[in-house]
Amino acid sequence: MADANLPGASASDAAVKAVMDQRADEAAAQKRRAATIRTAGLAVGFIVLVLLVNSLAHGNFLAPGNLTNVLRQITLNTILAVGQTFVIITAGIDLSVGSIVGLCGVVMALVANTLHLGGPGTFIVTLLVGLAVGCTAGFVNALPVVRLGLPPFITTLAMMLIGRGLAFKLAHGEPIPLADSSPFEWLGTGYVLTDIPGFPGIPWVVVVMAVVVIVFAIVLGRTAYGRYVLALGGNEEAARLAGIDTRAVKTLVYVISGGCAALGGLLLMARFGSANPQNGTGAELQCIAAVVVGGTSLMGGRGTIVGTFFGALLIGVLNNVMNLLDIESYTQQIVLGAVILLAVVLDALRKRYLAAR
Amino acid sequence: MADAAVVAAAAAGAPLLRMRDIVKTFPGVRALDGVSFDVNAGEVHALVGENGAGKSTLMKILAGAQPADSGEIDIDGKPVVIDGPKTAERLGIGMIYQEFNLVPDLGVIENIVLGVEPRRGLFLDKPAAAVQAAKVLGELGIALPLDRPARRLSVAEQQLTEIAKCLVRKARLIVMDEPTAALTDRETDALFTLIRKLRAQNVAFAYISHRLEELPRIADRVTVLRDGKTVETRPIAAMPQDDLIRLMVGRSLEAHFPELPPVPADAPVMLDVRGVSAASGVHVNDVAFQVHAGEIVGLAGLVGAGRTEIVRAIAGADIPTKGEIAVGGERVVVRSPRTAIRAGIAQNTEDRKSQGLVRGKTVRENTTLAHLGQFVHRLFVDKRAETKVTNTEIAELRIRTPSAEQTVRNLSGGNQQKAVLAKWLIGHARVFLFDEPTRGIDVGAKFEIYTLMVELLRNGAAIVMVSSDLPEVLGMSHRVLVVRGGRIRAEFARADATPDKVIAVATGVAA
Repeated sequence: MADANLPGASASDAAVKAVMDQRADEAAAQKRRAATIRTAGLAVGFIVLVLLVNSLAHGNFLAPGNLTNVLRQITLNTILAVGQTFVIITAGIDLSVGSIVGLCGVVMALVANTLHLGGPGTFIVTLLVGLAVGCTAGFVNALPVVRLGLPPFITTLAMMLIGRGLAFKLAHGEPIPLADSSPFEWLGTGYVLTDIPGFPGIPWVVVVMAVVVIVFAIVLGRTAYGRYVLALGGNEEAARLAGIDTRAVKTLVYVISGGCAALGGLLLMARFGSANPQNGTGAELQCIAAVVVGGTSLMGGRGTIVGTFFGALLIGVLNNVMNLLDIESYTQQIVLGAVILLAVVLDALRKRYLAAR
Repeated sequence: MADAAVVAAAAAGAPLLRMRDIVKTFPGVRALDGVSFDVNAGEVHALVGENGAGKSTLMKILAGAQPADSGEIDIDGKPVVIDGPKTAERLGIGMIYQEFNLVPDLGVIENIVLGVEPRRGLFLDKPAAAVQAAKVLGELGIALPLDRPARRLSVAEQQLTEIAKCLVRKARLIVMDEPTAALTDRETDALFTLIRKLRAQNVAFAYISHRLEELPRIADRVTVLRDGKTVETRPIAAMPQDDLIRLMVGRSLEAHFPELPPVPADAPVMLDVRGVSAASGVHVNDVAFQVHAGEIVGLAGLVGAGRTEIVRAIAGADIPTKGEIAVGGERVVVRSPRTAIRAGIAQNTEDRKSQGLVRGKTVRENTTLAHLGQFVHRLFVDKRAETKVTNTEIAELRIRTPSAEQTVRNLSGGNQQKAVLAKWLIGHARVFLFDEPTRGIDVGAKFEIYTLMVELLRNGAAIVMVSSDLPEVLGMSHRVLVVRGGRIRAEFARADATPDKVIAVATGVAA
């Protein structure tokens, strides 16, 4: 590893460059190969596990209706976890998302009940107002963090209380039924691709979830903003000195998280035709679990949206399977806790192994 | 039996501490290369040397904070193994770091007895702790506000608390690292009085200081370290200041550096700093200088003199409170690193780990970080273009890495430093600020970085270089500015800049 050769002593730049290009290609190819092997291994293991579970559940697990059911059940958690991933990559945390789900739901129900635009108009205005409320709450979360350097744990904890309190106050403690739920029914209970024989179709909420996952996976993985989020999480001062507007980048992660929570509030309202101020209670911890199981580091700097999706999926499948196997709910909680612990312990061991090499 | 008698006899006349042939290597650097150092009971032994000479490393080994690779340590003539801070404490060694180790929210008493709290059964015996603390402080003849939390003590009071902490632990040898760096003259006098008093009680001191002028007042002997080796040990009376400086620096300057091209007579002013002040850490006070295209200006001075702060103010890392900065004749309002970069100012930070690199990311991601906009096509970052540019830099800078996709953490120090450089070379910077560009990297990589600086000069860049390596400043600068207390105290042209002149100004011996 010593820097033995001085300039002039080795080959020309062009030759070195050619070698580097070749090496980069090789390294990339090797990475791809390793990834393929790993994926293949995981897939085989997964299939075996699924078949085993399926036979234990008397074939109920692989029934098409059950699979779409699993996806439907993880929708809310996945969408919240996507926003939470951005926050956690910056080494932050957002405890307020559950309350923002409840608050935005209530606000949207009130707005929908006062509008008389009919159909799509009501839907769009309601959605925009909800997103505005969620994003504003995220912005308020971020302000003391980026301006005063306060820990996000505290600011979002405060917002968690404020948001929940506001939701109950606005709703006078009762669920608000939608006067006219028709503009929202397609999202709440509708399916697409229903005309294929023997296929129940895909719930619209699952489509929405897929769009959110794909869009934000691209934002994080392919855009300059995503790169800045990762760089800031890895070393905030280095990012700042590289000319990145770290305050703006950081603020936006909380706004994204708030926006995702607002979307979650819409989905619940559409599903039930009413907005309960209690909606989303405890959701913040569920989504943090999905993010962590998905391989995002709580120390910041590392994480992917696809990982988060699989984290949420794993937790969802686990819940579903335990339901099918008739495992009582107390035991379910214990198992879930153990799985989360196992995931982070494995991650820590993997890191230690990599560091020791 | 005869042997035992000889050993016993030797032990009787043995110094309190003897360190022999201590070697310590860090990745890429040999910090200590066979250092020997001894201290007699009731002696103040000063340890001096340039930054990076190995003083702090030697003391950390003594305090058990780091293990030595090889070498022997004797206490009272008996070989000992210091395998941790607790062992050092048990052997009677007390360590007072420049950055104190007090718990900010605990009071003076609690800090003094921290870790050795008197107990009654399961519970802390607070009255006994107060008695112990009062006894030690009483013996020293000093008064401290016993219940005040450490965070509200003055620097001098914190230092006294640290000394009391050592004495409660029955330390016979106290190591002090730059104890007077943050003290006023009056506080320094009080500290010296205290040290003399303890010396009379047979307590020994290993005393690290950059302030050469104070050594005759307090030290009995002085040892000079240079490049991880012991150069000489003498009684302070037999060590005039000139000798001391010569021994500290004494190293041939030629051949380590490439030839600097002369600055063209008509070279335009590229960086113009006018009356800049900034308030962060060391206050930067009314700093003004110019750097021409094709010129390197070196900022010399001791650690903590304010050199880094000057550079940070120019680069927008700290925001200047006063003054003006112009690049290429155009005034720049520096409000953030972002505005400085836009104006063509590139800052190679002092600490590449904490400020220069995102170490968990790849060489590619680090190289393009400051100019990612160049690689964005239709919203998305073009990784192929990134890789291409990064590979060009890898080839030009001869960064030794298996590929652009290597995580920066896995590169050697010199190659990490080159990765930092790559980040700025892909932009259009005209002013390069190098803060300790070669710290902790080996000779070969150093020469490559110097060569690169010369290349930047030929392309019309202006360079400001901060370095604690005096030969480097003298060998790689057209002009040298000496900084002390956040101000520029002297300017030397290349021909006039000699080590003793620069050190004299930097240490405050000369104005």
